[in-house]
Amino acid sequence: MAKEKEAAKEKEVEMEDLEPEVKAAEEAEAVEASIESAETAEVIAVKKPERIEAEQHIHKQVKSIVFSILSPKMIKAMASAKIVTPELYDKEGYPVDGGLMDIRLGVIDPGLRCKTCGSKLKECIGHFGYIELARPIIHVKFVAILLNLLKCTCRDCGRILISQNKIKKTKEILDEVEKEKGIEERRQKVKDIIASLKTINKCPNCKARQHKISLEKPTTFIENEKRISPIEIRTRLEKIPDEDCEIFGLKPPYVRPEWMVLTVLPIPPVTMRPSITLESGERSEDDLTHKLGDIVRINQRLFENINAGAPEIIVEDLWDLLQYHITTFFDNSIAQLPPARHRSGQPLKTISERITSKEGRIRHNLAGKRTNFSARTVISPDPMIELNEVGVPKVIAMTLTVPERVNDWNIAYLKKFIERGPEIYPGANYIIRPDGKKKKITDETKEASLEEIQPGYIVERHLMDGDIAVFNRQPSLHRMSMMCHHIRVLPGNTLRLNPAVCHPYNADFDGDEMNLHIPQTEEARAEAEILMEVQTQLISTRYGLSIIGCVQDAISGNYLLTKEIELSRQEAVDLLASIGLEDFSKLPRKEKISGKEVFSALIPEDFTFKGKTRANEDVLIKGGNLVEGYMDSANLGEGSGLLLRNLHQKYGKSFTIDLLGKMFRLGIQVLLRRGFTCVISDTDLPENARIEIQNVLENAKKDVESLIQLYKDNKLDTFPGKTLEETLELRILEVLNKVRNRTGEIVAEKADRKTHTMIMANSGARGNLLNLAQMAACVGQQAMRGKRIGKGFAERTLSSFKKHDFSPEARGFISNGFKTGLTPYEFFFGSITGRDSLMDTALRTPKSGYLYRRLANAMQDLKVEYDHTVRDAGGRIIQFDYGEDGIDVSKSEGGIINTKRVIDLI
Amino acid sequence: MDKMLKEYEDKLPKKIIEDLRLNLQKGVAQNKLRKILDTTLGEYQKAKVHPGESVGLVAAESIGEPGTQMTLNTFHFAGVAEMNVTLGLPRIIEILDGRKELDTPMMEIYLKKPYSQGKDVRELALSLKETKLDEITSEFLINLVDLTIEINLNREKMKEIGLTNAHVINAISKQTKGFTIKDNKESITLKSRSKEENLNDIYKAKEKFKEVHLKGIKGIYQVLPVRRDEEYIIITAGSNLADVLQLPEADAYKTTTNNIFEIEQVLGIEAARQAIINEVFKVIESQGLNVDVRHIMLVADTMCISGSVKGITRYGVVSEKASVLARASFETPIKHIINAALVGEVDELNSVVENVMINQPVPVGTGLPDLVTRVKAKDK
Repeated sequence: MAKEKEAAKEKEVEMEDLEPEVKAAEEAEAVEASIESAETAEVIAVKKPERIEAEQHIHKQVKSIVFSILSPKMIKAMASAKIVTPELYDKEGYPVDGGLMDIRLGVIDPGLRCKTCGSKLKECIGHFGYIELARPIIHVKFVAILLNLLKCTCRDCGRILISQNKIKKTKEILDEVEKEKGIEERRQKVKDIIASLKTINKCPNCKARQHKISLEKPTTFIENEKRISPIEIRTRLEKIPDEDCEIFGLKPPYVRPEWMVLTVLPIPPVTMRPSITLESGERSEDDLTHKLGDIVRINQRLFENINAGAPEIIVEDLWDLLQYHITTFFDNSIAQLPPARHRSGQPLKTISERITSKEGRIRHNLAGKRTNFSARTVISPDPMIELNEVGVPKVIAMTLTVPERVNDWNIAYLKKFIERGPEIYPGANYIIRPDGKKKKITDETKEASLEEIQPGYIVERHLMDGDIAVFNRQPSLHRMSMMCHHIRVLPGNTLRLNPAVCHPYNADFDGDEMNLHIPQTEEARAEAEILMEVQTQLISTRYGLSIIGCVQDAISGNYLLTKEIELSRQEAVDLLASIGLEDFSKLPRKEKISGKEVFSALIPEDFTFKGKTRANEDVLIKGGNLVEGYMDSANLGEGSGLLLRNLHQKYGKSFTIDLLGKMFRLGIQVLLRRGFTCVISDTDLPENARIEIQNVLENAKKDVESLIQLYKDNKLDTFPGKTLEETLELRILEVLNKVRNRTGEIVAEKADRKTHTMIMANSGARGNLLNLAQMAACVGQQAMRGKRIGKGFAERTLSSFKKHDFSPEARGFISNGFKTGLTPYEFFFGSITGRDSLMDTALRTPKSGYLYRRLANAMQDLKVEYDHTVRDAGGRIIQFDYGEDGIDVSKSEGGIINTKRVIDLI
Repeated sequence: MDKMLKEYEDKLPKKIIEDLRLNLQKGVAQNKLRKILDTTLGEYQKAKVHPGESVGLVAAESIGEPGTQMTLNTFHFAGVAEMNVTLGLPRIIEILDGRKELDTPMMEIYLKKPYSQGKDVRELALSLKETKLDEITSEFLINLVDLTIEINLNREKMKEIGLTNAHVINAISKQTKGFTIKDNKESITLKSRSKEENLNDIYKAKEKFKEVHLKGIKGIYQVLPVRRDEEYIIITAGSNLADVLQLPEADAYKTTTNNIFEIEQVLGIEAARQAIINEVFKVIESQGLNVDVRHIMLVADTMCISGSVKGITRYGVVSEKASVLARASFETPIKHIINAALVGEVDELNSVVENVMINQPVPVGTGLPDLVTRVKAKDK
């Protein structure tokens, strides 16, 4: 895996104990980083060790990385070949020596060996080459700083335009600024100094007259309306002494100004610009190779012409062309230059384009990693598995593996897996020898493998129940979006999860897919189990209340059970047995058992809880018995779930998750036994309610009409600061909103409380009274941006109305309910708001995504130190005590320590 | 009881002590109180953050995740039915960007005693409202021959606001230069003093005259007195904290604005930090979402740590990061790498992204602790 990095700086990877000079060329054992770069191009190739051995000790560690510019000397030193010809392959298709695909630069063809390191394809990470440029070329990325350098130094003596005695003082000021305010401030200060120097026209040191220098973008410098050639620029830069460079913010020996004008160009290794062989056997070269080909060709031509003594004008032309090619080699999206294109007309992707943007090297390859040992499919619900389990289909279980190291005690056990092989579950797919060689187990190799295996080997066996997996759903906005589950191998082809954990993942089952990762080392497994398991994530880090709770049927089931159901003892035992409860001793010894008692059977005996239902009635659990009230979403649900929060506080996470699983299944089993369906007649209203609603609607209509009449007569009192029309609108809106609320009230009053729809709404399982009112009675006013639907340019919303019609129905009031059905224009208004909210969602997602990315990027390195201060990576103190009291939100109760509970307890 | 509570002052945060004081019954038995305090202390210590906890990312998640649930263009009616305020996601973005110009600047001016009870609130409010020359002018006439501008005044409006010609002329002469002013009762004639005026300049000057500030407080373009909890306050659209605080009628302790930059300028960085917390919290709350203050505090602290309010953008907070690679991985990587190369910057690799890039453990959470052990010197 080779990554290249771009433009103009070299990175040295500093290894511990290595001299800086040697560093660049050195390869470390653990992180092999060969760094090469050029005066202007820097390239880094990092190769990940390919060994799969479980135990790999990192002997060396990258401690820091120094950024600098490559000197010509350095470029030559690190190059393994000098490139002299633009040809790529000879007639046999073998890479030409001294060509761009020279095998000294690395190999990309199977079978060939690299001439520099002797390794084969995939082992050789590639090596840099260089070309000698016939004339110096300006590096585009340094044009801005070059201009500053030229403007602020003497054209004769090369000193900065500050008199000798002041140079030292200026430097001291700069150092002080850096010490006090950081490097960014220093940069600002340097800018100020440079700005003050630009106007000086006499060198304070040698008294030479200075001329005005300007830049003609992208790369031409003009002095006195005459072009300064790069050669001249380079000689001027060479004259600038080291100490003066520092004032510009350049730090020799890392940077010398003249290195910004290229005399040699590094050629990146072949491995970072591999060619692809098409089906036809034709080779298609990488964009960079094309560009380099152009550079080498023009460079050769320039050499020839100079040597042949060609007229100055031809040389100049070629020189400019070379400048263009090298410029676009670094950056092909410079405003003033036409981008270099393929023959097909699509612009070449050169170094800058490779690095920047989301698909660039940094964000795509370096900050984003890919993984093996993962699976992805559609998810489906299974309330019968535990919350911290994930159902894995057999196919997946037989493909993903867990490495197990063979020792004297488990050798017999592991041999059984090998015996079964990859086809029979639970078997094994591979064995790994201690030297890292991986062997596939097949019917043929099975015998040999069994023979061979001994302590020290690793067996990659199939997934089994209880193995650890990390489960994830995108977008991973939360840490709860990635939790650890235990594997449960199940028939079928989908991943199964308990519906109670949908909320943290924000998953549903309309075709969502999720990912499964199998950690491969003991450390990873331990960390996943201790830090990421579902029960450890019960309490949200966002607001300190439980984020996992009962949903939907589980809530309505428990609601019905604790509110009205009565069972025979037999039924009760059956019910409890079906959810996996084995101890029935808590059930009272009598024939008729109430639902409350069944529910109480789950709760530990020493648990006491006081709470409220959604309807603000008291809930009391005393000595493990539900004495008063009933269960609903206020106590069981996610987001609030106070009962769960208290259980967690008292009995810990494992107990709570287990109990939650049981409650969940209890709710579902209750509904299974009782039956629970929604019917359209749930929304039927008694006759008197319908009449009442009709009256309300008619009255509202009359009210609005009288308002309109007032407006027409100009008798309406305007609100301060509003026009007459605006006042009218607001008054009408007020009336219409009241109507909707009123109809809602009537529906709530008159609707049959026994219907299942009402049960769902009342228990908080799904839906609310407003939804019911919209179905049964009246949908209400459709509003856009807080106003009624506007009349547009034609003074009316639809051609079915008269112009300037202010009446409710002409401006988006839907007086029908969904059950009665909407009139065509009502439906149209409904669609308007529907579309508007759709757009809103579509536009919001990228905006909030960007906000999230910025926040995460700015704050990812803040952590709590051992002294309990919050600091960033640079050691700056952000907070002296986290959140001013050091309380971890996920360990608090809604962000506080509940003193009331403590007092009540004692 | 107070004595015993005092003992715990070093060990427990003030808030918890206050809470206890509030919830405890008068005259609790000594040993019971001791037990309560010890249990509270125990719970508090259990709830403390662990070292290494990456609180920054948790805060970012806690604000970023509900962002997906917020509405985009909510315009909310503050008070009666008057002014629009940006809310929801756009407002959060505005605050965290550290923007200096807001979409809808707004102030809440609290008043001192007689006024807060309703005395002359309307008049007071109107006197705050900014009046520009444009508003009291019925017409701007340009005399093409003499190159003069004639401003026809709307006497009615002037009377209503309480302005006289002298006021207007005074204001014009103070705020503009190079014109002679002539008062002709119903209008004002302006003539340029410089000789080489051309028509274009006159047009430009005319636009300038429209903006001449006559009365009220600059920047406040709408006022609305409202009653809030037994008290009259003035809500304004447009904001000018510095000038409003100078008003003798305003209660400077309570008066506030939603413009964080202004708060920073007038009241300093600590006030700005608190303002960020309040504003973000207000928005999140109004959307019916639930986010703990600690997360918002951390964000506000990150924005204010340098001594001035920095937005969470590539020019603000991110540009101050110590690590080159961390900056490069955010936005404009090439610029950052080049600047780093020029100075020979060293990346010490002590934050998250850099270590991800080179496949090393991240020094956060379980990656933080190291094992220190004494190794026997090797025999040579």
